[in-house]
Amino acid sequence: MALLEVNQLDVRFALRKGDVHALRDINFTLERGERLGIVGESGAGKSVAAFSLLNLIAQPGFIAGGEINFEGKTLNTMSERGLRKVRGNRISMIFQDPMMTLNPVLSIGAQMVESLKAHRRISTRRARAIALEKLRQVQIPSPETRLDQYPHELSGGMRQRIIIAVALLLDPDIIIADEPTTALDVTIQAEIMSLLLNLCEEHNVGLILITHDLGVVSQVTQRMLVMYAGRVIEQGPTREIINDPQHPYTQGLINALPQMATPGEKLNQIRGSMPSLSNLPGGCAFHPRCDFIKRADGRTRPACVEQVPGFVSSGNCRVACHMVAEMQEDRRLKEEESS
Amino acid sequence: MNAPAQKIPATDTTDTLLEIRDLEKRFSLTGDFLEQLKFKGGKLVRHQEHVHAINGVSLDIRRGEALCVVGESGCGKSTVARTVMGLLSPSAGEIRYDGTRIDNMSTRQLLSYRRRMQMIFQNPYASLNPRMTIQQTLEEPVRLHHPDWNRQQVVDQVERVMASVGIDPDWGKRFGHEFSGGQRQRIAIARALAVDPEFIVADEPISALDVSIQAQVLNLLTDAQQERGLTYLFITHDLAVVEHFGTRVAVMYLGTVCEVAETATLFANPRHPYTQALLSAIPRLDDDGPDHIRLDGEVPTPVNLPTGCVFHGRCPYANQRCREEVPTLQTLNDGVRVACHAVEEGRLPG
Amino acid sequence: MSQPTPETQESAVPALPGRWERFLDSYLLYSFKRDVIAQLSLLVFIALVAIAVFAPWLAPMNPYDLAQIDILASELPPFWIDGSDPAYWLGTDAQGRDMLSTILYGARVSLVIGFGAVALQAILGVSFGLMAGYLGGRVDAFLMRLADIQLSFSTLMVAIIVGALVKAVFGGAAFSTYAVPLLVIIIGLAEWPQYARTVRASVLAEKSKEYVDAARVMGLRSRRIMFRHVLPNTLSPIFVISTVQIANAIISEAALSFLGLGMPETHPSLGSLIKAGFDYIQSGSWWITLIPGAVLVVLVLSINLLGDWLRDVMNPRLYKG
Repeated sequence: MALLEVNQLDVRFALRKGDVHALRDINFTLERGERLGIVGESGAGKSVAAFSLLNLIAQPGFIAGGEINFEGKTLNTMSERGLRKVRGNRISMIFQDPMMTLNPVLSIGAQMVESLKAHRRISTRRARAIALEKLRQVQIPSPETRLDQYPHELSGGMRQRIIIAVALLLDPDIIIADEPTTALDVTIQAEIMSLLLNLCEEHNVGLILITHDLGVVSQVTQRMLVMYAGRVIEQGPTREIINDPQHPYTQGLINALPQMATPGEKLNQIRGSMPSLSNLPGGCAFHPRCDFIKRADGRTRPACVEQVPGFVSSGNCRVACHMVAEMQEDRRLKEEESS
Repeated sequence: MNAPAQKIPATDTTDTLLEIRDLEKRFSLTGDFLEQLKFKGGKLVRHQEHVHAINGVSLDIRRGEALCVVGESGCGKSTVARTVMGLLSPSAGEIRYDGTRIDNMSTRQLLSYRRRMQMIFQNPYASLNPRMTIQQTLEEPVRLHHPDWNRQQVVDQVERVMASVGIDPDWGKRFGHEFSGGQRQRIAIARALAVDPEFIVADEPISALDVSIQAQVLNLLTDAQQERGLTYLFITHDLAVVEHFGTRVAVMYLGTVCEVAETATLFANPRHPYTQALLSAIPRLDDDGPDHIRLDGEVPTPVNLPTGCVFHGRCPYANQRCREEVPTLQTLNDGVRVACHAVEEGRLPG
Repeated sequence: MSQPTPETQESAVPALPGRWERFLDSYLLYSFKRDVIAQLSLLVFIALVAIAVFAPWLAPMNPYDLAQIDILASELPPFWIDGSDPAYWLGTDAQGRDMLSTILYGARVSLVIGFGAVALQAILGVSFGLMAGYLGGRVDAFLMRLADIQLSFSTLMVAIIVGALVKAVFGGAAFSTYAVPLLVIIIGLAEWPQYARTVRASVLAEKSKEYVDAARVMGLRSRRIMFRHVLPNTLSPIFVISTVQIANAIISEAALSFLGLGMPETHPSLGSLIKAGFDYIQSGSWWITLIPGAVLVVLVLSINLLGDWLRDVMNPRLYKG
């Protein structure tokens, strides 16, 4: 059994004009020590997915269906008390803004000692020693003095290192990192990412990395999910998806990167923009922006407009696209004919 | 520090549109005169502290090119953009537009230059007035700069510019908040283009947008450049965008320019150690693991600048000379300009 | 590029609704429909304003008309107490004026002074706050020190000084004749700094936004940027503070009148009615002071509750569409 298993997760927001579906039919698993990337543009629902794993979505959001199983226990039906034993302890989170985790009026040491003592019966001295060790692991210069410093005395990169140290404090099984380096400069981002990667490998910690940056995902994760308008549209091994994306949206996303175009030429843009969740088009949510809804003979594939695509397998990946399904079907028929 | 700007011979003005000479900008951290007075050892002393946002930046922008200024946060790239546009007044140095000095002009004198140079901002959510319709937003600059035009001429001009950036004319009656980030940035670009400028300063115009929208907006800027013969000063932190968009690149670190080169040359053969580190840090799709040049330490604060080369604290090649002497931009034989003692002395491949 | 290419055309925007549809769809109306207290307060407030406005037609008698006053009918109790006269529904005061009529006319005076004073405060405070926030530097320092000085004078001090000046120069009769405009000026002058500070704070927040930079880059003059771009975006806090200020101004006027620095008893506001009746509490005629007091409380409370609701709706941090 996988360490973390998400089945048919369904999250909604109760708004004044009725419920808005923020996530639908999310399915994935995470093995011990595995690194999974969740990629999508703003509004795709990737952060909601991260927050709902620990049942942390704020009002008016709620988990309307599905289950999140962690070591066989269902997190979304667990009591708040039971959840507290998991949060921060077995599964910890890293946010984009370090100040969401750090309390500005407490010293770094005090905060680390506090969270250690909240989960374990140990002396303050012992807790401080563990905190110091974790600060060393994240390669902070002069860790002893950092313990007595306050968050505002540190630079952005240093704060994010502290956050990683805090996340590692209780030797969790999974770290969920929500855009952990988006606010940082490229050189700092590269360092933080490689640090996170090394620590996860060293301690066999699972990582769920939420980001909009395909470059980061391709460097850090082993498997990835691509999200669009509250659904997963493609999932599978990272290298396979990056090298040979099947879904037109994933293809468009990768091709739109400036590095994929010849300098001086136009970039390959995807037209239009992501629909808002409260106003999704029928059928495949991507169809108004998709270049492949027309068949070779010029007719629109009716399924794209009418029917939400299910998943089809392609290599080790799963893709939610009518075109891919149709092409596979054609290929199968051709093979049957020829044999 | 540098020779007085007046003595610099006028460069070839047929080619250069904008000249920035020894530009400096300091921001006071200590408030006005009364707040600077402090008691120290029984005496009343005046204590001043400054953020040195830019320290002697000189750049030429040639007609028709896109000069990209890259650097990490706090390197002063946005301050350069805002000073060029007259949103900030320089502490020292000069800015010449088409041969005329513009940094000391009054608002009224500047008005004719405002028509020729416009700006696009970073945050599309803040750059449109939320209480004005799109039509009002786009008409305002046209009316201001063409007071003699009648209503129909103004409306026609707005319609033309809307069409040129791909805005549906029906959007005119709506307000900014009804649009997505990419659509708003389109409107902001239309506002800048409405007075038919020849020079545009774009301060991180796509960094607040999603990847698929970034491509749309970049393409729009490229189209506008080709169609109108625009010159860009393009500020960004994203090197991947620079590689695609820039004619030339200036790399900034802590308020100084460390390297200026043609884009292809810079990416093929970065000379300055900082440029090298910056390039290696771009997350690429094609490599499996992060294999980048590690820089020790962090960017020093621009309040107490380091002596010598501002980069020496993090540079793997720094020696005694780097700690003491400020390097100046030296032109190499392939036209690349680099401010680095190590490159100059041949301690680095270059 | 002169022809918009299909890729660049975006059509994800729904059809344009009219002003009325937009109001029906607004968060303002939505939250109002769900807030019973706000609905009740608005109802009470509108009712009080309506009866004040229509006082000359609603009131059984005109308290300013000495000919209608019957001194023999003084200190009659309201209808539910023995000894009342059905002609005087809420009883009469010590001079024999019908309480219901004086309250209706009094509420009218109170509301006129309240709204007038707030209008003056808003004109002074908004323009000073706008200048201080947008121009900054010395202008800011000067105006804000001026505001500090103004705040260190209480409304009472201003009232005493203006009152003394007017009485010294024009005589006591002049003060009574021009009491309404004088009170508007007194309360308006004394409390403009509240507006100035609120406006300045939100101007500072707006000024750092890029649309103001865009307007500067365009070449617009400071005055146009202030009034066309910055001011319209600071209206929400101005609305919110206005409700609080109207309630405050009505209370200030009542307090001044109660102390004898405000409306004369011949032309009473709610405050001077309370004062007039105060002397008769001992003699058992409590209604002369308590009924106008209750009306004052209900009026101020309804405005404050409306203000609370408005603040919750317009607070951008709480606002989530």
